[in-house]
Amino acid sequence: MNAPFPHNAGRRRFLKQSGGLTIGFSLAAAPLSFAQQAATPKPAPLPGSLQGNRMLDAWLRINADGTVTMMTGKIELGQGITTALCQIVSDELDIDYQRIKVISGDTALTPNEGVTSGSLSIQDSGTALRFASAEARDILMQAASSKLGAPADQLKVEDGTISGPAGRTTYWELTSTALLKREATAKAKPKAVSGHKLIGQSVQRRDIPPKVTGGVVYVQDMRLSGMVFGRVVRPPSPRATLLSADLAAIRRMPGVVAVMRDGNFLALAALREEQAIAAREALRNSAKWEEKGDLPPPAPALFEHMKTQRMLDTVVSTRTDAAAAATGAKTLNVQYTRPFQAHGSIGPSCAVAQFKDGKMQVWTHSQGVFPLRGDLAKMLRMPESSIIVSHREGSGCYGQNGADDVAADVALLARAPELKGRPVKLQWMREDEFGWEPFGSAMAIAMKASLDAGGKIVDWNHELWSHSHSTRPYDPDGCNLLAAWYMGDPLKPGPSRNIPQPSGGSDRNAIPLYVFPQQKVTNHLLLDMPLRTSALRTLGAYANVFALESFMDELALAANADPVEFRLKHLTDPRGRAVIESVTAKANYQPGKAGDGKNGRGVAFAKYKNLAVYVALVVDVEVDKSSGEVRVTRAWAAADAGMIVNPDGVKNQIEGGMIQSTSWTLHESLPFDQKGVKAHTWADYPILRFPEVPVVDVTLINRPEERSLGVGEGSQGPMVAAIANAIANATGKRIRDLPFTPERVKAALA
Amino acid sequence: MPITLNVNGKRRNAPAASPSTPLLYVLRNDMEFNSCKYGCGVAQCGACTVLMDGKPIRSCVTPASAVAKAQITTLEGLGTTDKLHVLQRAFIEEQAAQCGYCISGMIMTAKSLLDTNKNPSESEIRGALAGNLCRCGTHSRIIKAVQRAAKEMSA
Repeated sequence: MNAPFPHNAGRRRFLKQSGGLTIGFSLAAAPLSFAQQAATPKPAPLPGSLQGNRMLDAWLRINADGTVTMMTGKIELGQGITTALCQIVSDELDIDYQRIKVISGDTALTPNEGVTSGSLSIQDSGTALRFASAEARDILMQAASSKLGAPADQLKVEDGTISGPAGRTTYWELTSTALLKREATAKAKPKAVSGHKLIGQSVQRRDIPPKVTGGVVYVQDMRLSGMVFGRVVRPPSPRATLLSADLAAIRRMPGVVAVMRDGNFLALAALREEQAIAAREALRNSAKWEEKGDLPPPAPALFEHMKTQRMLDTVVSTRTDAAAAATGAKTLNVQYTRPFQAHGSIGPSCAVAQFKDGKMQVWTHSQGVFPLRGDLAKMLRMPESSIIVSHREGSGCYGQNGADDVAADVALLARAPELKGRPVKLQWMREDEFGWEPFGSAMAIAMKASLDAGGKIVDWNHELWSHSHSTRPYDPDGCNLLAAWYMGDPLKPGPSRNIPQPSGGSDRNAIPLYVFPQQKVTNHLLLDMPLRTSALRTLGAYANVFALESFMDELALAANADPVEFRLKHLTDPRGRAVIESVTAKANYQPGKAGDGKNGRGVAFAKYKNLAVYVALVVDVEVDKSSGEVRVTRAWAAADAGMIVNPDGVKNQIEGGMIQSTSWTLHESLPFDQKGVKAHTWADYPILRFPEVPVVDVTLINRPEERSLGVGEGSQGPMVAAIANAIANATGKRIRDLPFTPERVKAALA
Repeated sequence: MPITLNVNGKRRNAPAASPSTPLLYVLRNDMEFNSCKYGCGVAQCGACTVLMDGKPIRSCVTPASAVAKAQITTLEGLGTTDKLHVLQRAFIEEQAAQCGYCISGMIMTAKSLLDTNKNPSESEIRGALAGNLCRCGTHSRIIKAVQRAAKEMSA
C-alpha cells in the first residue's frame, strides 16, 4: 500500500532513495506531451515504457531483506493495476508475489510514464516491467552462475532461491546497488505462456483489504504532524471577477490560521476541518463578484450553437469509391447528441501540500504526477527540481476530475506565510467538484449513409462537433490548472487540441471498423471552451459509439435485416466477429425478434479506440410507456483483451463500465445556465442507484498468444448504443438525444 | 465542553471538538477512523455512514452532541485485516470494490440490514442500499458480497 509516511521520515526516505536512482532518472525521456513527441531524439527502441525510462533500477530493486521493490509510473485508480503489475513481476522474476513492495507515481522515486489513462497501463507499464523483470532475472542468474561455478542453464530458481549442482544462493545475497544500474536491452525473453503461474489468474487485489477495514488508503486519510485543513472559495461562475472580500473578518474566526487572496483566488486554512468549512462559508458570503453571462444556451439549442463556433476541421478518415456509392438506393440522415456530463467522483478531490525551506511537496490523486509537477512549476514560478509530487489514492476519477486542480489549490495555500511550513490538507466540497471539475464535452454527431438495393452500406459519413477531450496539465503552450487562471498574475490555459488518430480524442472510435466502400469521418474541434472540458472516461468514444452503433441498427431496420446479421455482413475483423458471436450465443439472441412494446433487446459492438479491447453486448430493457422510465434489466458482454493478466480484474472493469454507462445514459446531463453550472448536490445531478442496476454477465475470450489490450474503457460505448437499440426494439421509437430520461422517453413515445 | 463518545465499544474523548462538530469530523479527524468518508455533506451519498445503536446514520449531518449517549459503530469496529468480519471477508472474496471510497458506507448499511433481516432477497438488498451511491459501477459485486455474507452468517 501507499501508506502516507510521517513527514520527517518521508523526507529522509526521499533523500536516501533518490541518491541511488538519480542516474536512471536523468536519462529519462521528456514527459509524454504529444506536441513534443516529434522532437524527441530516437535511441534504440525498447518495449512499453522502457522506451522513455531505460534504466533497469528505475523499475526494480532487489533488496537484501528478501523483498523486491517494483516502481511504476502508473497509479492505482481502483482498477487493480498494481496487483496486475505485481503478477507480471512475480512470474518473470520467479518470486513470490508477497515479496513485492510497490512504489507508484512519484516524481522522486518512479519512472515517468506520463498519465495513467487511456486503458494503457498493462500495455505501457506491464510491458516494461515484463521485460525489465526478465532481464533482471537473467542478470541474477549470471551472477549466480559465477558464484556457484555452474553454467546458468544448469541453475534453477524458485522464489528467488537459485540452486544448481554445486550449491545454492539467493537473489538477496547476490544483490548490490550496481547490479541493476544499467540500461535495459530487452534481450531477455519474457516467459512463454506455459511458464506463467500468476499471469492469467484472478489474483485478489492487494488494495482491497485495507479498503474494507478502514486502513490508511486515500490522500484524504493522510495525517501529518501539525497539519491544518484548507478550503477554497471559487467564483460563482467561470469568468467572474472578485470585487471585494472581508479577509480580516475571516481571520478572526475560530481556528483560522491563514486566509489568502491572490487576484480572484481565495483560500483559507484552519486548525480543524469544520472550522475551515465554516470559514469558507463566511468568506464566500462576504465575497462580492462581478459575473459574466457568457455560457452557451442549454440543449437542444446548444447543439446548433456549437456548429456556429470557431472550429478546427479535420477529415480523419476517407475512402472513396464513387461507383459503389452511386449504387446507393436509400439514404438515412440523422443526428445524435450527448450533453455535458460530469465525472462525479463520490469523494470530492483532495490533496496535501507542505512548503518548507523553498521546497514544495504535494500528495495527490492526480493521474499524472510528472505532468502535474510541470504545471505546478509554471504556476508557482518554481523550478521543477524544487517540487516533489507523490501519488496517493483518491476516490475513483474516471478521467480528469478535480485531482490536479485541488493539488494546485493546496500548493498555493501551502505557501501562505502564516502557515510557516505546516502541511495542509484541502478537500473540495461537493459543490466545488460539481462546479469546477472539467466536464465530458457535449457532442453533436451527424450521420449519413446509403444502402444499396441488396441492403449493404455503400457510403458512410460521420461528422462530429465537440470541445476538447483532453486539457490535462503540461500543455506546452499554457498552464492547465484552474487556480492559475484566477491568480493576480494569471496564466492562460493551453489551446484546445485534438488527440491525433489512431487513438483520437473527440473522434475516438468515430472511424468504423466495419468495411464500407466509401466513407468520410470529419472532426470539428471547437476552439473555445465556455464550459471547461477534459478527459471523461472514453473521451469521444462514448458518444461516437452511441451514434455509430445506433445508426447501424437504424440502417439494419431500413435494410430489413437483423441487427446482428447486418453487423456481421459488414465486419471482417475475426476477433470482432468472435465477440459478437460469443455474446449473442450466451444471451440466446433470437434473430429478428421484435419487441413487445415494453420489453426489448439491443446489441452493440466496439473495439475501444480501434486499438484496445473488443467488446460486444446484448442488453435487455423494460420501458414503462406511461412514465417513460427505462429499466435496463440484464446485460451480457463478451470481451477479447488478448492475453489477460487478471481475469477477475478485467471482468470488474467491463462490468463497472456497463453500469457506469447505464447511469450516464439514463440519467446524466449537466445543468447550467448563462452564468454557470447549476449542479451543486447529487439532487441536481442524479446518478444510477442500486434498484436500477442491471444484472451483468461477462464472458472473456482469452488469447494468451496475443498482446494484452487495455480494458478500462471498453464497455461504455457499446453499452449506451445497446440500450438505445433495445429501447428502439421494444418501442419502435428511435431516441437520438442523451440521456434517456423518463420525460424524454415519454415524449418520444407520445 | 469536551466531547466523549462510545465508539466501537470504547469511550473516547475528543477534547478539541465542540458539540456542534459533525460526527464525521470527530470520528475521522479526532479519533482517526479512516472509514468515515466525506462525500457530499448533506446526507445524499452514504459514504459517511456509521451505525448508531445498530441503525445506519449519516455522520456528516449528525452533530457529535446528538450521539453522546449512543453506541457508535464504524467499519473499524467490525473487524481488522487479521480478524475480518464476515461482511468484510465477503467483500474481499467477491472483489466488491474498485476505488473503494463508498465501500465502508456500503458495508455499514449492509450490516444493519443483515442484523434485522438474516435472509434478505436481492431486491431487499438493493432497496437497503438505494441511498448509497457508487460511481465505479461495482453495484452487482456489492450485492453478491452481501448475499455471500448473509449465507455465511446463517450457515
